[in-house]
Amino acid sequence: MNPSTAVTWDEFMEGVWRQNPVFVMVLGMCPTLAVTVSVVNALSMGVSTMLVLIASCGLVSMMRKITPKEVRIAVYIVIIATFVTVVDYAIQAISLTLYDALGAFIQLIVVNCIILGRAEAHAAKNPPLPAMINAAGMGVGFTIGLLALGTVREVLGAGTLFGVTLFGVGFQPWVIMVLPPGGFFVLGAWLLFFSWLERRKLRRRQAKLVEATQNA
Amino acid sequence: MHESAFQIFINALLANNFVLAMFLGLCPFLGVSGRLDTAFPMGVATTFVMLVASLCAYGLNLLLSAFHLEFLRLISYIVIIASAVQLVEMVLKKYSPKLFRALGIYLPLITTNCAVLGVALFQTAREYDFVQSVTFSVGGGAGFTLALVLMASVRERLTLSNVPDLAQGTALSLMLAGILSLSFMGFAGLGG
Repeated sequence: MNPSTAVTWDEFMEGVWRQNPVFVMVLGMCPTLAVTVSVVNALSMGVSTMLVLIASCGLVSMMRKITPKEVRIAVYIVIIATFVTVVDYAIQAISLTLYDALGAFIQLIVVNCIILGRAEAHAAKNPPLPAMINAAGMGVGFTIGLLALGTVREVLGAGTLFGVTLFGVGFQPWVIMVLPPGGFFVLGAWLLFFSWLERRKLRRRQAKLVEATQNA
Repeated sequence: MHESAFQIFINALLANNFVLAMFLGLCPFLGVSGRLDTAFPMGVATTFVMLVASLCAYGLNLLLSAFHLEFLRLISYIVIIASAVQLVEMVLKKYSPKLFRALGIYLPLITTNCAVLGVALFQTAREYDFVQSVTFSVGGGAGFTLALVLMASVRERLTLSNVPDLAQGTALSLMLAGILSLSFMGFAGLGG
Protein backbone atom coordinates (compact mmCIF):
# COMPACT_ATOMS: atom_id res chain seq x y z
CA MET A 1 0.00 0.00 0.00
CA ASN A 2 1.50 3.35 -0.94
CA PRO A 3 1.67 6.00 1.81
CA SER A 4 -0.89 8.43 0.34
CA THR A 5 -3.77 5.91 0.36
CA ALA A 6 -2.81 4.85 3.88
CA VAL A 7 -3.08 8.45 5.02
CA THR A 8 -6.50 8.99 3.48
CA TRP A 9 -7.83 5.70 4.85
CA ASP A 10 -6.68 6.73 8.29
CA GLU A 11 -8.33 10.09 7.78
CA PHE A 12 -11.59 8.36 6.90
CA MET A 13 -11.54 5.97 9.85
CA GLU A 14 -10.81 8.77 12.30
CA GLY A 15 -14.38 10.00 12.07
CA VAL A 16 -15.93 6.55 11.90
CA TRP A 17 -14.39 5.17 15.05
CA ARG A 18 -11.66 6.93 17.02
CA GLN A 19 -13.31 10.37 16.96
CA ASN A 20 -16.88 9.23 16.50
CA PRO A 21 -18.96 12.43 16.68
CA VAL A 22 -21.83 10.86 18.64
CA PHE A 23 -20.12 8.54 21.12
CA VAL A 24 -16.68 10.08 21.59
CA MET A 25 -17.08 13.81 21.00
CA VAL A 26 -20.80 14.01 21.97
CA LEU A 27 -21.53 16.61 19.29
CA GLY A 28 -24.71 17.26 17.35
CA MET A 29 -26.91 16.00 20.14
CA CYS A 30 -30.14 17.71 19.15
CA PRO A 31 -30.87 15.84 15.90
CA THR A 32 -29.33 12.69 17.38
CA LEU A 33 -31.93 12.48 20.11
CA ALA A 34 -34.88 14.05 18.34
CA VAL A 35 -35.15 11.99 15.15
CA THR A 36 -33.99 8.56 16.33
CA VAL A 37 -37.45 7.22 17.18
CA SER A 38 -37.21 4.89 14.17
CA VAL A 39 -34.41 3.39 12.08
CA VAL A 40 -35.66 4.91 8.83
CA ASN A 41 -35.67 8.42 10.28
CA ALA A 42 -32.22 7.90 11.77
CA LEU A 43 -30.80 6.65 8.47
CA SER A 44 -32.22 9.50 6.38
CA MET A 45 -31.08 12.10 8.90
CA GLY A 46 -27.59 10.59 8.90
CA VAL A 47 -27.37 10.55 5.11
CA SER A 48 -28.64 14.14 4.72
CA THR A 49 -26.16 15.37 7.32
CA MET A 50 -23.37 13.48 5.58
CA LEU A 51 -24.20 15.06 2.20
CA VAL A 52 -24.20 18.56 3.69
CA LEU A 53 -21.00 17.80 5.57
CA ILE A 54 -19.08 16.57 2.51
CA ALA A 55 -20.30 19.35 0.20
CA SER A 56 -19.69 22.20 2.63
CA CYS A 57 -16.30 20.90 3.76
CA GLY A 58 -15.24 20.67 0.12
CA LEU A 59 -16.31 24.22 -0.63
CA VAL A 60 -14.85 25.64 2.59
CA SER A 61 -11.57 23.95 1.75
CA MET A 62 -11.54 25.32 -1.81
CA MET A 63 -12.19 28.80 -0.50
CA ARG A 64 -9.77 28.61 2.40
CA LYS A 65 -7.17 30.88 0.79
CA ILE A 66 -9.55 33.68 -0.17
CA THR A 67 -11.59 33.71 3.06
CA PRO A 68 -10.58 36.56 5.41
CA LYS A 69 -9.89 35.24 8.90
CA GLU A 70 -12.19 37.72 10.66
CA VAL A 71 -15.39 36.72 8.89
CA ARG A 72 -14.66 33.02 8.41
CA ILE A 73 -17.40 31.72 10.72
CA ALA A 74 -20.02 33.80 8.90
CA VAL A 75 -18.74 32.50 5.56
CA TYR A 76 -18.90 28.89 6.78
CA ILE A 77 -22.43 29.32 8.08
CA VAL A 78 -23.68 30.82 4.81
CA ILE A 79 -22.06 27.96 2.86
CA ILE A 80 -23.61 25.37 5.16
CA ALA A 81 -27.04 27.05 5.05
CA THR A 82 -26.94 27.00 1.24
CA PHE A 83 -26.33 23.25 1.10
CA VAL A 84 -28.93 22.58 3.78
CA THR A 85 -31.50 24.47 1.71
CA VAL A 86 -30.62 22.25 -1.26
CA VAL A 87 -30.99 19.05 0.80
CA ASP A 88 -34.21 20.37 2.36
CA TYR A 89 -35.84 20.89 -1.02
CA ALA A 90 -34.47 17.58 -2.33
CA ILE A 91 -36.04 15.59 0.52
CA GLN A 92 -39.31 17.45 0.05
CA ALA A 93 -39.28 16.35 -3.60
CA ILE A 94 -38.30 12.73 -2.91
CA SER A 95 -40.61 11.81 -0.03
CA LEU A 96 -43.14 14.08 1.61
CA THR A 97 -43.88 11.62 4.43
CA LEU A 98 -40.22 11.52 5.37
CA TYR A 99 -40.09 15.32 5.21
CA ASP A 100 -43.01 15.55 7.63
CA ALA A 101 -41.46 12.98 9.97
CA LEU A 102 -38.14 14.81 10.22
CA GLY A 103 -39.87 18.18 10.47
CA ALA A 104 -37.77 21.23 11.25
CA PHE A 105 -34.76 19.08 12.02
CA ILE A 106 -33.62 19.03 8.39
CA GLN A 107 -33.30 22.80 8.43
CA LEU A 108 -31.69 22.58 11.85
CA ILE A 109 -28.76 20.71 10.26
CA VAL A 110 -27.39 24.25 9.79
CA VAL A 111 -26.66 24.54 13.48
CA ASN A 112 -25.29 21.02 13.86
CA CYS A 113 -22.00 21.57 15.69
CA ILE A 114 -20.33 18.68 13.84
CA ILE A 115 -20.40 20.50 10.51
CA LEU A 116 -19.15 23.84 11.79
CA GLY A 117 -16.59 22.02 13.92
CA ARG A 118 -15.23 20.08 10.92
CA ALA A 119 -15.17 23.20 8.74
CA GLU A 120 -13.20 25.11 11.35
CA ALA A 121 -10.91 22.34 12.60
CA HIS A 122 -10.14 20.42 9.43
CA ALA A 123 -11.47 21.78 6.12
CA ALA A 124 -10.05 25.28 6.68
CA LYS A 125 -6.51 23.90 6.89
CA ASN A 126 -6.47 21.10 4.31
CA PRO A 127 -6.82 20.72 0.53
CA PRO A 128 -10.28 19.72 -0.79
CA LEU A 129 -9.73 15.95 -1.24
CA PRO A 130 -8.53 15.06 2.28
CA ALA A 131 -11.09 17.48 3.72
CA MET A 132 -13.93 15.73 1.90
CA ILE A 133 -12.67 12.27 2.87
CA ASN A 134 -12.45 13.32 6.49
CA ALA A 135 -15.95 14.78 6.24
CA ALA A 136 -17.25 11.53 4.73
CA GLY A 137 -15.73 9.59 7.65
CA MET A 138 -17.39 11.89 10.15
CA GLY A 139 -20.68 11.56 8.28
CA VAL A 140 -20.48 7.76 8.35
CA GLY A 141 -19.60 7.86 12.06
CA PHE A 142 -22.57 10.13 12.74
CA THR A 143 -24.89 7.82 10.77
CA ILE A 144 -23.64 4.79 12.73
CA GLY A 145 -24.32 6.64 15.98
CA LEU A 146 -27.84 7.55 14.86
CA LEU A 147 -28.53 3.97 13.75
CA ALA A 148 -27.31 2.57 17.06
CA LEU A 149 -29.78 4.79 18.89
CA GLY A 150 -32.59 4.38 16.37
CA THR A 151 -32.41 0.56 16.42
CA VAL A 152 -32.57 0.27 20.19
CA ARG A 153 -35.38 2.80 20.47
CA GLU A 154 -37.51 1.32 17.68
CA VAL A 155 -37.10 -2.29 18.82
CA LEU A 156 -37.86 -1.55 22.47
CA GLY A 157 -40.38 1.21 21.99
CA ALA A 158 -42.47 -0.11 19.11
CA GLY A 159 -41.38 -3.74 18.70
CA THR A 160 -40.51 -3.15 15.05
CA LEU A 161 -37.41 -2.81 12.88
CA PHE A 162 -37.64 -0.85 9.60
CA GLY A 163 -41.40 -0.94 10.24
CA VAL A 164 -41.51 -4.77 10.32
CA THR A 165 -43.01 -6.31 13.46
CA LEU A 166 -40.45 -8.42 15.30
CA PHE A 167 -42.33 -9.98 18.18
CA GLY A 168 -45.64 -11.78 18.54
CA VAL A 169 -48.87 -10.16 19.64
CA GLY A 170 -47.95 -10.71 23.28
CA PHE A 171 -45.26 -8.01 23.07
CA GLN A 172 -46.00 -4.96 25.18
CA PRO A 173 -44.14 -1.96 23.66
CA TRP A 174 -41.94 -0.02 26.05
CA VAL A 175 -43.49 3.32 25.06
CA ILE A 176 -41.13 5.48 27.08
CA MET A 177 -38.31 4.59 24.66
CA VAL A 178 -39.88 6.46 21.74
CA LEU A 179 -40.79 9.41 23.96
CA PRO A 180 -38.22 12.15 24.74
CA PRO A 181 -36.86 10.65 28.02
CA GLY A 182 -36.03 7.42 26.18
CA GLY A 183 -33.61 9.29 23.93
CA PHE A 184 -31.63 10.54 26.90
CA PHE A 185 -31.64 7.13 28.58
CA VAL A 186 -30.56 5.16 25.50
CA LEU A 187 -27.72 7.54 24.66
CA GLY A 188 -26.61 7.50 28.30
CA ALA A 189 -26.63 3.71 28.26
CA TRP A 190 -24.55 3.58 25.06
CA LEU A 191 -21.98 5.94 26.58
CA LEU A 192 -21.82 3.78 29.70
CA PHE A 193 -21.32 0.70 27.53
CA PHE A 194 -18.43 2.31 25.62
CA SER A 195 -16.69 3.55 28.74
CA TRP A 196 -17.05 0.05 30.21
CA LEU A 197 -15.41 -1.43 27.06
CA GLU A 198 -12.61 1.12 27.31
CA ARG A 199 -12.10 0.30 30.97
CA ARG A 200 -11.92 -3.43 30.28
CA LYS A 201 -9.39 -2.94 27.50
CA LEU A 202 -7.22 -0.87 29.79
CA ARG A 203 -7.38 -3.44 32.58
CA ARG A 204 -6.42 -6.29 30.20
CA ARG A 205 -3.44 -4.32 28.97
CA GLN A 206 -2.29 -3.67 32.52
CA ALA A 207 -2.72 -7.33 33.45
CA LYS A 208 -0.62 -8.34 30.44
CA LEU A 209 2.06 -5.85 31.41
CA VAL A 210 2.21 -7.19 34.97
CA GLU A 211 2.43 -10.76 33.66
CA ALA A 212 5.26 -9.83 31.31
CA THR A 213 7.27 -8.18 34.08
CA GLN A 214 6.75 -11.16 36.39
CA ASN A 215 7.94 -13.60 33.72
CA ALA A 216 11.03 -11.55 32.99
CA MET B 1 -54.63 27.78 14.16
CA HIS B 2 -55.95 29.91 17.03
CA GLU B 3 -54.09 29.40 20.23
CA SER B 4 -54.27 32.07 22.89
CA ALA B 5 -51.01 33.74 23.89
CA PHE B 6 -51.25 32.18 27.36
CA GLN B 7 -51.55 28.67 25.92
CA ILE B 8 -48.53 29.22 23.72
CA PHE B 9 -46.52 30.49 26.66
CA ILE B 10 -47.38 27.56 28.94
CA ASN B 11 -46.80 25.11 26.12
CA ALA B 12 -43.35 26.46 25.30
CA LEU B 13 -42.42 26.77 28.97
CA LEU B 14 -43.56 23.40 30.33
CA ALA B 15 -45.50 20.95 28.19
CA ASN B 16 -43.27 21.26 25.11
CA ASN B 17 -40.17 22.44 26.91
CA PHE B 18 -37.51 23.25 24.31
CA VAL B 19 -34.76 21.24 25.93
CA LEU B 20 -36.51 18.37 27.64
CA ALA B 21 -39.30 17.59 25.20
CA MET B 22 -38.11 18.91 21.84
CA PHE B 23 -34.35 18.33 22.15
CA LEU B 24 -33.37 21.85 21.13
CA GLY B 25 -30.28 23.50 22.56
CA LEU B 26 -28.69 20.44 24.12
CA CYS B 27 -25.07 21.55 23.67
CA PRO B 28 -25.24 24.48 26.11
CA PHE B 29 -27.62 22.43 28.26
CA LEU B 30 -24.94 19.80 28.82
CA GLY B 31 -22.02 22.24 28.63
CA VAL B 32 -22.93 25.18 30.88
CA SER B 33 -25.09 23.40 33.43
CA GLY B 34 -22.18 22.60 35.75
CA ARG B 35 -22.70 25.60 38.02
CA LEU B 36 -25.76 27.60 38.95
CA ASP B 37 -24.14 31.04 38.73
CA THR B 38 -23.23 30.60 35.05
CA ALA B 39 -26.34 28.64 34.12
CA PHE B 40 -28.79 31.42 34.94
CA PRO B 41 -27.04 34.27 33.02
CA MET B 42 -26.58 31.91 30.09
CA GLY B 43 -30.31 31.24 30.10
CA VAL B 44 -31.12 34.94 30.20
CA ALA B 45 -28.66 35.74 27.39
CA THR B 46 -30.16 32.98 25.25
CA THR B 47 -33.69 34.21 25.98
CA PHE B 48 -32.72 37.70 24.86
CA VAL B 49 -31.18 36.41 21.63
CA MET B 50 -34.30 34.31 21.06
CA LEU B 51 -36.54 37.35 21.46
CA VAL B 52 -34.46 39.47 19.08
CA ALA B 53 -34.23 36.62 16.58
CA SER B 54 -37.97 36.04 16.75
CA LEU B 55 -38.78 39.72 16.15
CA CYS B 56 -36.36 39.98 13.23
CA ALA B 57 -37.49 36.67 11.77
CA TYR B 58 -41.10 37.84 11.86
CA GLY B 59 -40.33 41.03 9.94
CA LEU B 60 -38.00 39.25 7.56
CA ASN B 61 -40.56 36.57 6.78
CA LEU B 62 -43.09 39.23 5.75
CA LEU B 63 -40.48 40.80 3.50
CA LEU B 64 -39.40 37.51 1.91
CA SER B 65 -43.02 36.42 1.38
CA ALA B 66 -43.80 39.72 -0.33
CA PHE B 67 -41.00 39.11 -2.85
CA HIS B 68 -41.60 35.32 -3.11
CA LEU B 69 -38.09 34.55 -1.91
CA GLU B 70 -38.97 31.84 0.62
CA PHE B 71 -35.94 29.74 -0.33
CA LEU B 72 -33.68 32.41 1.20
CA ARG B 73 -35.41 32.06 4.58
CA LEU B 74 -32.92 29.75 6.24
CA ILE B 75 -29.86 31.71 5.12
CA SER B 76 -31.25 35.07 6.20
CA TYR B 77 -32.43 33.75 9.58
CA ILE B 78 -29.02 32.41 10.44
CA VAL B 79 -27.33 35.69 9.48
CA ILE B 80 -29.75 37.62 11.70
CA ILE B 81 -29.12 35.30 14.63
CA ALA B 82 -25.36 35.63 14.22
CA SER B 83 -25.67 39.42 14.33
CA ALA B 84 -27.90 39.32 17.42
CA VAL B 85 -25.36 37.13 19.21
CA GLN B 86 -22.58 39.53 18.27
CA LEU B 87 -24.63 42.35 19.83
CA VAL B 88 -25.16 40.46 23.09
CA GLU B 89 -21.48 39.61 23.19
CA MET B 90 -20.41 43.25 22.85
CA VAL B 91 -22.88 44.41 25.51
CA LEU B 92 -21.76 41.74 27.97
CA LYS B 93 -18.09 42.43 27.32
CA LYS B 94 -18.62 46.11 28.13
CA TYR B 95 -20.88 45.81 31.18
CA SER B 96 -19.86 42.52 32.78
CA PRO B 97 -16.40 41.29 31.73
CA LYS B 98 -16.43 38.73 34.55
CA LEU B 99 -19.56 37.04 33.25
CA PHE B 100 -18.18 37.32 29.72
CA ARG B 101 -15.15 35.26 30.74
CA ALA B 102 -17.25 32.75 32.70
CA LEU B 103 -19.45 31.95 29.72
CA GLY B 104 -16.39 31.67 27.48
CA ILE B 105 -16.79 29.75 24.25
CA TYR B 106 -20.48 29.07 24.92
CA LEU B 107 -21.42 32.70 24.29
CA PRO B 108 -20.53 32.81 20.57
CA LEU B 109 -21.92 29.30 20.34
CA ILE B 110 -25.43 30.67 20.98
CA THR B 111 -25.36 31.23 17.21
CA THR B 112 -25.35 27.49 16.71
CA ASN B 113 -27.92 26.89 19.45
CA CYS B 114 -30.73 25.02 17.74
CA ALA B 115 -33.23 26.51 20.18
CA VAL B 116 -32.72 29.98 18.69
CA LEU B 117 -33.04 28.90 15.08
CA GLY B 118 -35.81 26.55 16.21
CA VAL B 119 -37.91 29.48 17.48
CA ALA B 120 -37.57 31.27 14.15
CA LEU B 121 -38.37 28.16 12.11
CA PHE B 122 -41.29 26.95 14.25
CA GLN B 123 -43.02 30.32 14.37
CA THR B 124 -42.82 30.46 10.57
CA ALA B 125 -44.05 26.89 10.14
CA ARG B 126 -46.97 27.41 12.55
CA GLU B 127 -47.84 30.79 11.01
CA TYR B 128 -47.90 32.66 14.31
CA ASP B 129 -48.86 36.34 14.24
CA PHE B 130 -46.77 39.04 15.92
CA VAL B 131 -48.04 38.64 19.51
CA GLN B 132 -47.96 34.84 19.27
CA SER B 133 -44.36 34.92 17.99
CA VAL B 134 -43.20 37.13 20.86
CA THR B 135 -44.92 34.98 23.52
CA PHE B 136 -43.55 31.84 21.89
CA SER B 137 -39.97 33.10 22.00
CA VAL B 138 -40.21 34.42 25.57
CA GLY B 139 -41.88 31.19 26.74
CA GLY B 140 -39.28 29.10 24.96
CA GLY B 141 -36.46 31.14 26.45
CA ALA B 142 -37.95 30.90 29.95
CA GLY B 143 -38.31 27.14 29.47
CA PHE B 144 -34.68 26.88 28.39
CA THR B 145 -33.58 28.88 31.45
CA LEU B 146 -35.75 26.73 33.72
CA ALA B 147 -34.27 23.49 32.36
CA LEU B 148 -30.74 24.88 32.65
CA VAL B 149 -31.24 26.06 36.24
CA LEU B 150 -32.86 22.77 37.32
CA MET B 151 -30.05 20.76 35.75
CA ALA B 152 -27.36 22.97 37.29
CA SER B 153 -28.87 22.66 40.78
CA VAL B 154 -29.01 18.89 40.51
CA ARG B 155 -25.45 18.69 39.23
CA GLU B 156 -24.15 20.98 42.00
CA ARG B 157 -25.65 18.59 44.55
CA LEU B 158 -24.20 15.64 42.71
CA THR B 159 -20.59 16.82 43.00
CA LEU B 160 -20.81 15.97 46.71
CA SER B 161 -22.26 12.51 46.29
CA ASN B 162 -20.51 9.24 45.59
CA VAL B 163 -20.99 8.23 41.94
CA PRO B 164 -19.41 5.16 40.30
CA ASP B 165 -16.35 6.15 38.26
CA LEU B 166 -17.75 4.53 35.16
CA ALA B 167 -20.81 6.79 35.06
CA GLN B 168 -18.88 10.01 35.65
CA GLY B 169 -19.29 12.76 33.02
CA THR B 170 -21.63 12.93 30.07
CA ALA B 171 -23.35 9.59 30.67
CA LEU B 172 -24.44 10.76 34.11
CA SER B 173 -25.67 14.11 32.78
CA LEU B 174 -27.72 12.33 30.12
CA MET B 175 -29.34 10.04 32.69
CA LEU B 176 -30.20 13.09 34.80
CA ALA B 177 -31.64 14.83 31.76
CA GLY B 178 -33.72 11.73 31.09
CA ILE B 179 -35.18 11.80 34.60
CA LEU B 180 -35.91 15.54 34.35
CA SER B 181 -37.54 14.96 30.98
CA LEU B 182 -39.62 12.16 32.48
CA SER B 183 -40.93 14.49 35.16
CA PHE B 184 -41.70 17.21 32.61
CA MET B 185 -43.88 14.74 30.77
CA GLY B 186 -46.29 15.15 33.65
CA PHE B 187 -47.09 18.60 32.25
CA ALA B 188 -48.38 17.13 28.99
CA GLY B 189 -51.79 18.47 28.09
CA LEU B 190 -51.46 21.45 30.43
CA GLY B 191 -51.40 23.97 27.58
CA GLY B 192 -54.61 22.47 26.15
